[in-house]
Amino acid sequence: MIVAILMPFLIAMCIPFIAKFKYRIHTGYAVFVTSLSLFLYFLVLLISGETNILYRYSWIPSLGLDLTFYTDGLALFFALLISGIGALVAFYSIFYLNREERLGSFYVYLLLFMGAMLGIVTSDNIYALYTFWELTSVSSFLLISFWFTRKASTDGALKSMLITFIGGFALLGGLVLLHLVTGTTSIREILTQGDLILTSDWFPLIVVLLLLAACTKSAQFPFHIWLPDAMEAPTPVSAYLHSATMVKAGLFLLLRFTPVLKESEAFFIAVSIIGLVTLFWGSYMAVRQTDLKGILAYSTISQLGMIMAMIGYGTEAAIFAAIFHILNHATFKGSLFMAVGIIDHETGTRDIRKLGGLWKLMPVTGIISILASFSMAGVPLPILNGFYSKEEFFSSSWDLTADRAFSTDFAAVLANIVPYVAVAGSIFTFVYSMYFYFRTFTGKAEKDTAEKAHDPKFGMLASPVLLVSGVLLISIFPNWFSRHLLQPAANAVYGETMKEHSIHFWHGLVPAFIMSLIVVALGIVLYITRKYWTVLYNVLPGKLSGNIVYASLLSASEKQTKVVNDRIVNGSIRQYNAIIISVISIVTLVILFGTNSFDLRNIDTSPVSLPQSLPELAVAFIMIAAAFGSTVSQKKLTAVIILGVVGYGLSILFVLFRAPDLALTQLSIETITVVLFLLCFRHLPEMEQERKEKRSKKITNIFIASLCGLMMMLVGLAAYSQRLFPSISEYFVKYSYKLGGGDNIVNVILVDFRGLDTLFEITVLAIAALGIYSLIKLRQKGGDR
Amino acid sequence: MEIIMIVLAGILFGFAVYNILQKRLLRIIIGTALLSHAAHLFILTMGKLKRGAAPVLVDGTENYTDPLPQALILTSIVISFGVTSLLLVLAYRAVKTNGTDNMEELRGNDHD
Repeated sequence: MIVAILMPFLIAMCIPFIAKFKYRIHTGYAVFVTSLSLFLYFLVLLISGETNILYRYSWIPSLGLDLTFYTDGLALFFALLISGIGALVAFYSIFYLNREERLGSFYVYLLLFMGAMLGIVTSDNIYALYTFWELTSVSSFLLISFWFTRKASTDGALKSMLITFIGGFALLGGLVLLHLVTGTTSIREILTQGDLILTSDWFPLIVVLLLLAACTKSAQFPFHIWLPDAMEAPTPVSAYLHSATMVKAGLFLLLRFTPVLKESEAFFIAVSIIGLVTLFWGSYMAVRQTDLKGILAYSTISQLGMIMAMIGYGTEAAIFAAIFHILNHATFKGSLFMAVGIIDHETGTRDIRKLGGLWKLMPVTGIISILASFSMAGVPLPILNGFYSKEEFFSSSWDLTADRAFSTDFAAVLANIVPYVAVAGSIFTFVYSMYFYFRTFTGKAEKDTAEKAHDPKFGMLASPVLLVSGVLLISIFPNWFSRHLLQPAANAVYGETMKEHSIHFWHGLVPAFIMSLIVVALGIVLYITRKYWTVLYNVLPGKLSGNIVYASLLSASEKQTKVVNDRIVNGSIRQYNAIIISVISIVTLVILFGTNSFDLRNIDTSPVSLPQSLPELAVAFIMIAAAFGSTVSQKKLTAVIILGVVGYGLSILFVLFRAPDLALTQLSIETITVVLFLLCFRHLPEMEQERKEKRSKKITNIFIASLCGLMMMLVGLAAYSQRLFPSISEYFVKYSYKLGGGDNIVNVILVDFRGLDTLFEITVLAIAALGIYSLIKLRQKGGDR
Repeated sequence: MEIIMIVLAGILFGFAVYNILQKRLLRIIIGTALLSHAAHLFILTMGKLKRGAAPVLVDGTENYTDPLPQALILTSIVISFGVTSLLLVLAYRAVKTNGTDNMEELRGNDHD
């Protein structure tokens, strides 16, 4: 069963090989078949009609990390949407994308997205949910920048990524808090602990973080600015990611946690306000756009705001309507995007000012568009599903005060205002829908665009036609969809079984219908008179725009990053060394003192008896003096010879401390080293320039060096004072003769017990020798010097 | 005695680090040499000093100094010799090729 969730990823791995044959068979067919089979699979699950655990795999149980997939009504609803629209979009893209394009990459990204999105909706583990969430952002980034040679594409991709990643971080924070509060990482278990979450001190922060995640992902005001720029993606991507599925991930997140969140009044206030403001602002801005996809982008923003508002209401009717509208929006907006793709493909432009009169040239596209855009506008006709869900929206807004009790005045007042705002926001929805349709398909076009345009091949039309027939089907059999698809999803969201909703076209002259009529009437007036009021846009937004904030933040952060980067990564290895050494020293010191690692009782503090220890002390003084001398000496010869003194001093210490082998080795090696130094001498310049070093720099270096020395001393003391285990040396002393057959224990360790170490040591020497040899040879053959 | 040796090792570490932070390649090599001396002394001290006979088995002696640090140091001495000699030749090549042994001048270009 895990195969179903991971199938997109698996197929994505095969795509590069399939893409090799793209001239023989378009790579899109593989993706189409994949998503179609997924769609059928989820359809079967839906018919079986129960919550299914698909798969469970415990990865790190102690951290609560596992991979559990399950499907309830909500997950299945979204999974069907993702795979169904995915199949249509894949089929559409076969005709949209030329075979010269990088089809392999495109479909890998698309499958990556599909898999990640399915992961989001079916994951039970919150961290798995987060991972898939970020994966959708990544694949969205890759798809927006698919035509990466265009600056607008990469800019749009960057913007979407930055904004959605901010939301991703917020999501992670919110989920971690949920984990802390409830002590579980399973979403289903978290949802059973609603009271614990609601009464927790962290609850406000959790709500804020989850909202931030949902609002950035679902393009809610003021984070909506990335969505219009994301329209630089190929149109199938816009239809799929940026209207039907990915932008609904934020809604899904809130729906998933609705059983808990709906109890909170603050959640109602925040989400309703955000949703209604977005609804209004998105539709208001849509009328101003000249790019067809721009209109659709703002329209998507506004529709998402409307769904958001309904989630905020949290009443039964509103949740049901929200889910209903998610489905409807996917059908009509998906087909509109595909229609725009066709127009773009055929006429070569998406600029609404250049288009017009396409009705005669592209009748099929025209029919698709009129049905879809009228459905979006909520025109009261029994064949337009947009009208049904808009009615539900109005009635849930109207009934809000009756359906839900509010404890604070503010919430109660807000609930009273809500219906009016809902109407006001929807008027512009009507206006831009009309604007979209009539400006494109009626009137006159520029000559050159009009001549070549015609309806495309059947293949390209198939997907939008299917989606639009979805619009019709849903409208004609709303209750069938309601019973089998929406009701289970709404139950899963609501956490309890709600009463059956039946959807009718005609409810009588109820408030909702009157609201619809007001919207249509005012919408028509506004559409006709739009010439006179579009000056409004110079005042609002005028120059006010989230984009300005975004741009200034971006450029400021770029500048600051460069400043910091230039300061730290400046190419000076000395400085890197200084930083590394000081950080190591400081961190070690802090840890040593922080954990109180010194146990002075164990240290042999008996005073050193002078006559006996005189040799050691003398040697130690000589070594310190020599180290100092070689450090300050300006002559390289002096420095090297005095360095030798340190080495010889060390070998004397080895003798005194009864390590004869070490003493011998040290003595011979030190001699060879000094000789080597002298050999290289002639070629290395004198060291006098060091005096020119700045005084401050010198002091800093001395400070760092002392710090490091001090740190090593304290580490030594700490290690020396704490002997927790007996030394393993006993073993070597005991068995040296028995197992190794030698009296000299050190030798036996080296060649016998730890023989492999010695082998590698020799290997290191051999490599060093090879390196030295080649470095010298390089000189002889180099020629240039 | 161990404390004295720990202090000595610490001082040697200090000098070594100071040398490593200098400009000239030769200084840096001297620094690494000092660093290995300091490390050897340090390791030896960790195994307690002068608490027994030299680690060569003799009948009748029970107490030996810890042989393990000695074995480690022996390996390390040889390796540090290899390192020092490689560094020396590297410095020599660097001076030949670049005409300087000043670390401040041996930077990459800004946009490599």
